[in-house]
Amino acid sequence: MPPSEQAISEAVGAALAALKDKPGPLLPILHRVQDRLGCVPEPAVALIAGGLNLSRAEVHGVISFYPHFNSQPRGRHVIEVCRAESCQAMGGRRLERFARETLGLDWHETSRDGQITLEPVYCLGNCACSPSVRVGKQILGRVTEQGFAELLEDLGAPVAVIRR
Amino acid sequence: MSARAAERRAARAATRLFVPRDSGALSLGAEQVAVALRLALAEPIGRGAVQIVRNGSRGLYWLEPLVEVETAAGRFAYGPVAAADVAGLIDSGLLDACQDHARALGRTEDIPFLRQQQRLTFARAGVIDPLDLGEYRASGGYRGLERALSLSPQALVDEIKASGLRGRGGAAFPTGIKWQTVLDTPADQKYIVCNADEGDSGTFADRLQMEADPFGLIEGMSIAGLAVGATQGYIYLREEYPHAHRMLDAAILEAERGGYLGEDIAGSGRSFHLEVRLGAKSYICGEETALLESLEGKRGTVRAKPPLPAVRGLFGKPTVVNNVLSLATVAIILARGAEYYASFGTGRSRGTMPFQLAGNLQRTGLVERAFGVTLHELLYDFGGGSRSGRPLRSVQAGGPLGAYLPPSQWQVAMDYEALAAIGAVLGHGGVVAFDDSVDMAEQARFSMEFCVEESCGKCTPCRIGSTRGVEVIERIRRGRDREDNIALLDDLCATMIDSSLCAMGGMTPFPVQSALRHFSEDFHKPLEP
Repeated sequence: MPPSEQAISEAVGAALAALKDKPGPLLPILHRVQDRLGCVPEPAVALIAGGLNLSRAEVHGVISFYPHFNSQPRGRHVIEVCRAESCQAMGGRRLERFARETLGLDWHETSRDGQITLEPVYCLGNCACSPSVRVGKQILGRVTEQGFAELLEDLGAPVAVIRR
Repeated sequence: MSARAAERRAARAATRLFVPRDSGALSLGAEQVAVALRLALAEPIGRGAVQIVRNGSRGLYWLEPLVEVETAAGRFAYGPVAAADVAGLIDSGLLDACQDHARALGRTEDIPFLRQQQRLTFARAGVIDPLDLGEYRASGGYRGLERALSLSPQALVDEIKASGLRGRGGAAFPTGIKWQTVLDTPADQKYIVCNADEGDSGTFADRLQMEADPFGLIEGMSIAGLAVGATQGYIYLREEYPHAHRMLDAAILEAERGGYLGEDIAGSGRSFHLEVRLGAKSYICGEETALLESLEGKRGTVRAKPPLPAVRGLFGKPTVVNNVLSLATVAIILARGAEYYASFGTGRSRGTMPFQLAGNLQRTGLVERAFGVTLHELLYDFGGGSRSGRPLRSVQAGGPLGAYLPPSQWQVAMDYEALAAIGAVLGHGGVVAFDDSVDMAEQARFSMEFCVEESCGKCTPCRIGSTRGVEVIERIRRGRDREDNIALLDDLCATMIDSSLCAMGGMTPFPVQSALRHFSEDFHKPLEP
């Protein structure tokens, strides 16, 4: 569910109050808002722009540049599967395929029940333990297909197993 | 255990066990191991207290979670340990370092992978509790800063020049010369910016430094501040490193409390403030000018150079932008002297390099060695060959913008000049090994696709060239006008190399062309359905 107008105004207000006097405050503010609301919703853009004396276009331009920032709410759990070379060398492409098929999601998509969003990531710095997956702030190494399935079970995901 | 031994132990202070909590060890279950140990040792077992220290990893990742026990004869290692192994380990005498267990590895420092290293920058990694300032100092920490406080800024810069240190992020620019430019540029405010946007696949040394020895980086940044006259530092950290973020924030707080950051560092009357800023999943922000834009709160697009950041950098002020490893190494250079550091290495590649073994190797992890070790030694003597048991076929050195090297090139010495001579790069020291199941045409396609994903979009060769590159490689793989398209791909690569604004577009052709040159058979086989 998208955050309410009041939640947005509170989150932006708190972030601005805490951070707007720092040099180069825009990214820290966007992080703070997204950490609290799960995204940087459209109505927040004008509020942030007003607070920092920037144009809405400038703020929107920054949000849309960085893959980490989202305008729409994402799933309760964000699962990031590493697509980079070290993981590729250890079966990462197979794991990518398994993740997409098991979840029935393509990259950047969220399950209909709002539980899981699937994101690609290019390196988690865990290349000595490839392939790697991140869930929230937790990083998992040497993830097998079975390990991925168990992870989904742990997250309580009602998985539509549509393995072809 | 004899009664006498039990008495001796009881008389000593607590037995110390070490269970790493860097994100690599955590990703393999180190937290569960620590919890299992705590539970198992909560009940009295007829001996003195046991303390569980959460160190960083030693970088021997194929052995993680690596549990160590401290004895009078040094630390003994067990690994890889699963939570289910804990009860058995304790029964078989873990606390007395008994070796009668399948996971016992002997003395940690005798493990050949570690014994054959030359650890300078990473001397403390995995040894101390990363957030214990007392332990940091006891192991030689802050000796570099103390010496720096007795030197003039010019003497400090000269020391770094004399050490031969070159940027460890990838560009290999002499650090001392960069500092000299900042020192010589008058300004009311200067900055030290640490590039901790370690985005290259196959690299994790910055992460390990920040998680296993964050004070080393903080000390190096303070010294840089003294050298060029900067009072504010920023660590630009990638969002993909949540654990490093927690560790850095905690370490900065600790250093402030200990009087090593803030208005009056180490009682010198000099000030240096430090703050972590988080990126937002954009690879290009590892390019120094894009990083500065991002720090200023803008889109991470690349700036044209000149002006150099050393003259006009963050907020238009003279700025040192250095990689994590360069800055952490500064502390060692000051503590032990430029001459000592420069005594390692070969030719114009002085000192040591933290190589990172990744991908399909039996023994993956961090190998800090003097420049000049061969790639073959890293892959086989340290790495132990492929993990899958199949023959190794291809190695990508230096990250996603580095060349793929065939076995005929693996005797190359790992230093800046030797690699450049064969059209390869050392980059940030990553080594990713692939076995013979790799499809090198697919790897080449991925290199272009990665550039599509991560290009900042400012210059055309990178923004458009990468998209065209994916298409051309796809046509080659499908066998459409193969020879014409191979010629076209070469042409496209030449354009990207010659006319891109930064290394993103300018180096993406390296892996593509090397794959085409050394593994051309993969571009000539029918595409599997």
